[in-house]
Amino acid sequence: MRVVLAEDLFLLRDGLVRLLEAYDFEIAAAVESGPELARALAELEPDVAVVDVRLPPTHTDEGLQCALQARRDRPGLPVLVLSQHVEQLYARELLADGTGGVGYLLKDRVFDAEQFVDAVRRVAGGGTAMDPQVIQQLLSRRGADDRPLGRLTPREREVLELMAQGRSNAAIAGQLVVTERAIAKHTSNIFTKLDLEVSDDDNRRVLAVLAYLDQDR
Amino acid sequence: MNTDTKNGSLSTRARAVALAAGRGFVLALVTLPGAVLCFTLSLVSIALVPIGVGALTTPWVLTGVRAFADWRRLLAAQWCGVRIPSAYRPIPEGANPWARTYALLRDPAVWRDLRWLQVDMTAGFVTALLPAVLFFYPLEGFAVAAGLWRPLSDSGGYWYGFVHVTDQASALGAGALAAALLALTPLAPRLLTAHFRLTRAVLGASQGELAERVRVLTETRRDAVDTSAAELRRIERDLHDGAQARLVAMGMDLGTIEMLLDKDPAKAKQLLARTRQSSVDALVELRDLVRGIHPPVLAERGLGDAVRALALRLPLPTEVNVELDGRAEAPVESAAYFAVSEVLTNAVKHSGADRIWIDLHHGEGRLRITVTDNGKGGAAIGAGSGLSGIERRLGTFDGVLAVSSPAGGPTMVTMEIPCALS
Repeated sequence: MRVVLAEDLFLLRDGLVRLLEAYDFEIAAAVESGPELARALAELEPDVAVVDVRLPPTHTDEGLQCALQARRDRPGLPVLVLSQHVEQLYARELLADGTGGVGYLLKDRVFDAEQFVDAVRRVAGGGTAMDPQVIQQLLSRRGADDRPLGRLTPREREVLELMAQGRSNAAIAGQLVVTERAIAKHTSNIFTKLDLEVSDDDNRRVLAVLAYLDQDR
Repeated sequence: MNTDTKNGSLSTRARAVALAAGRGFVLALVTLPGAVLCFTLSLVSIALVPIGVGALTTPWVLTGVRAFADWRRLLAAQWCGVRIPSAYRPIPEGANPWARTYALLRDPAVWRDLRWLQVDMTAGFVTALLPAVLFFYPLEGFAVAAGLWRPLSDSGGYWYGFVHVTDQASALGAGALAAALLALTPLAPRLLTAHFRLTRAVLGASQGELAERVRVLTETRRDAVDTSAAELRRIERDLHDGAQARLVAMGMDLGTIEMLLDKDPAKAKQLLARTRQSSVDALVELRDLVRGIHPPVLAERGLGDAVRALALRLPLPTEVNVELDGRAEAPVESAAYFAVSEVLTNAVKHSGADRIWIDLHHGEGRLRITVTDNGKGGAAIGAGSGLSGIERRLGTFDGVLAVSSPAGGPTMVTMEIPCALS
C-alpha cells in the first residue's frame, strides 16, 4: 500500500516513516510543505495520504486545505489528517462530501501503533477514522436533554462512540470483549432508537451516525 | 572684527525680515482664496448631504480641507518651529460614501478645521499680510519722498498712511513716516510666528482632549501589563505543576524500567504502560494550555472560524454569522477571541438561555461583535463581574463593551474594536 506522508517536523516525519514501513507500507513520498504535498498527491496517486494539518510555508491549515483540494480533484482519495488538536469544525469539512475514506486523528494516537495502523488501513479502504475526542465533543454538545440519545443504554452508548469513530462490528466486539453478534444486536437497537435507516455497509453506517450527531437541533 | 559680526548679524536679521515678509506675502495670497474656497465648498457639500449628493462630495472636500490644514501645519513647523498637533480619526478605507461621510462628520477635528477656515480668512489673512506690509510699505514711502510724489499727486494729492502728499515737504513727511515704520520691520518674523500661533490656537487639538487621551492610555497600558503578567504567572504555574512534573516522573519511571528490564520484565511492562499514559496526560495538559494562550484554530483560520469552532464546543445551539473580508492583526484577533469566549462562558453559566447568536462584522474601521442570548437577562458591567474584565482587556485596543440586558432578557453584549483588516 503506497502512502504519501506530509509532516513538517523532522523527528515526527522520520518516526512515522519508520512506523509505517515496519507495518509493510510503501512510502511513496515523505514531504514537509504544502506545495510539495499538493504535487505529490497529484503525481504519485497514492492509496492513502497521511497529512499534518499545519504545514509550511504559511503554518496555518495548509495541510488540511491541500487534502480537501486533492479530494475535490480526485473524489474519494483516502486522506488521514493528523493534528495536535482536533476541531469539530475541521471534521465537518472533511466529512462534508459524504464519500468516506477520511480520517482525522490527534497525533497522540500514533503512540498506539496497532490502532494507528488499523486507522490508516481503514481509511485507505474507504472507511472512516474519527478521533475519540471529536466524538466526545459531538456527544457532549448534544447534551443530556437529547431524548433519542438519552434512551440508549450505557452499553449502547459505548458502542455508538466506537461506531462513530469508524470501527467495524468485529473491531468493536474485539475491544469490548463480547461476540460480534452481541454488537450487531446493539447496533440495530441504536439505529432503531435514533430513527436511522439500517445499513449493512460499515462505512455508510458510520457516516449516518456522524451526520446524526453533527446535525443541529 | 567686532563690526564684522555686527554687520553679519545685521545682514542676517535683514535677510530674516525679508524672508518673513516674502513668506507672509505668499501666505496671505494663498490663505484668503484657499480658505474661502474650502469653507464655501464644505458648507455647500455638507448642506447637500440630506439629498444624497453631499455624501459623495463631502469625503472629497473634507479630505481637501485636511490637506490644506496639514500643509499649514507643515509650514508652521518649517518656517517658525510652531508644532500644531493633529488628531484626526482615520478615514475608514473601502467603506461606502455614507459611512465615510458619517465618520468624518463625527470627528471633532473636522469641525475644528471648519472653524479654523473662518479665522484663517480674516485674522489669519491680516496677520500673514502684516509682515509684508511692514517691509514693503516703507520702501514705497522712501520712493515717494525721493520724487515719486510728483506723478502720484498730479491728480489732487496722494495719501501715504495719514500724510497727504501734495508737495516736496509733505513728501518728506511721508519719508519720515516710512522711516518710523521701517524701525518696526524687525518685528516681521515675530508677526509671522504670531500668525502660526493663532493657527495653532484654533487648529490644534485642545490640551484637555490630549490630557484625557493620555489618562486613558496610561490606564489601559497598566491594565495590559497587569493582565499579561498575571497570564505569564498562570502559564508558569500550569507548566511547573503539570507537563514539567509529568516529564520528571516519566524520566524517573524510565530509569526504573531500565533497571527492571532484566530482573522483572512483567513489572517493567506494567510501568511502561503507566509511562505512556503519563505522556498522553502531559500532552493533554499542554494542549489545553496552548488553547488558553493562543487557540490553534485562531492561528490557522483567523477570528471567524475560531469563533465558529468555539460555538461548536458550546452545549447550546449557537448561530454564528461572520462578515469579515480579511484578518485583523494577531493581538486584536486574540483579544476579540478571548472576549467572545468569556462572554459565551458567562451566557452558558448564568443566563439560562437555550440559544445564542453571534455576529461578527467589520465596517467603518471597526470590528463589531454582538453576542445575543435568549436568557433571563440582568447582566451588568460591575465590580468583579467577568464583563468588566473583558472591558479592561478591550480597552488596551481602544475597544468598547456595551451590555443591554433588561430583566427577563434577552441579553445583548456588543464589543467594538477599531482596527483594519488585511
